[in-house]
Amino acid sequence: MPLSKPEIVELIRLVGLTRDSEINCEQCLALVAEFAEQHLAHKSCADALKSVEHHLSICVECREEYEALRLTLDDLDNEG
Amino acid sequence: MTSSEQTELIVEDRDNESWIAELRLNDSSAIHDLRVKLLRNLRKAFADRPRVDEAFLEDAVQESLLRILEKLDQFTGRSRFMTWATSIAIRIALGELRRSRWKDVSLDEIVSQVGFASEPVASDKTSTADSDQPSILAALQRVIDTELTDKQRQALLAEMKGMPQDEIVRHLGSNRNAFYKLTHDARRKLKIGLENMGFTADDLFAMSTI
Repeated sequence: MPLSKPEIVELIRLVGLTRDSEINCEQCLALVAEFAEQHLAHKSCADALKSVEHHLSICVECREEYEALRLTLDDLDNEG
Repeated sequence: MTSSEQTELIVEDRDNESWIAELRLNDSSAIHDLRVKLLRNLRKAFADRPRVDEAFLEDAVQESLLRILEKLDQFTGRSRFMTWATSIAIRIALGELRRSRWKDVSLDEIVSQVGFASEPVASDKTSTADSDQPSILAALQRVIDTELTDKQRQALLAEMKGMPQDEIVRHLGSNRNAFYKLTHDARRKLKIGLENMGFTADDLFAMSTI
């Protein structure tokens, strides 16, 4: 079961984005609610939340969870 | 919205401090209201998803309530309480969905034959005949083979094949934070290895945008 071309390209993307210091999934979970609310309010991302943005670009599972949260908040926001 | 859903949504609005104070006291009204709101939010988050029904959502909410009550001291108040609680519930529900999709797949099965595609990626520009530099794919394969531990190789490649982290963690007898450190260390080794072989961040970026 070789890696497909898209999987190889994704691995290279992840390697390119890798930083010496990154937050992990638990740290991301602790901050993602604040991050999502700031995005919903169209506020620029505070420095402390840049690490969340980077983590979401690396971690496919946290990104999927964040997108589901954004969907929920958008729906609630539209309901007023 | 059904009438039962409308009835369920008649719940008290609370500010963050009230949520925390009442939940710390295991106040039954606060727990009931949190359950109702989480169920509503998960319905929105998982609308139109296959294999998600009311029983699944109820189970996810029940597990989420326990997790949220355990984590109350970790809530910093920098977001609305319900946003924070919903982020936890979504992680639990999505984790369960991922596990159910992969529960019968073994890690060995995934990684035992993992290698690279036999055909070069079209824009692997470094593999031109007039260059002495190895292609980025060959370099990557070499660094994976020589620099990564077996565990790092297994974890990284299983993740690239789409296996959920929780399942990899279960197979490795680890936890999600340790898994992230394992794959982070692996990516750092790959990046340093490629840099030592002459590949710049621009080369990696160019390859990842094809």
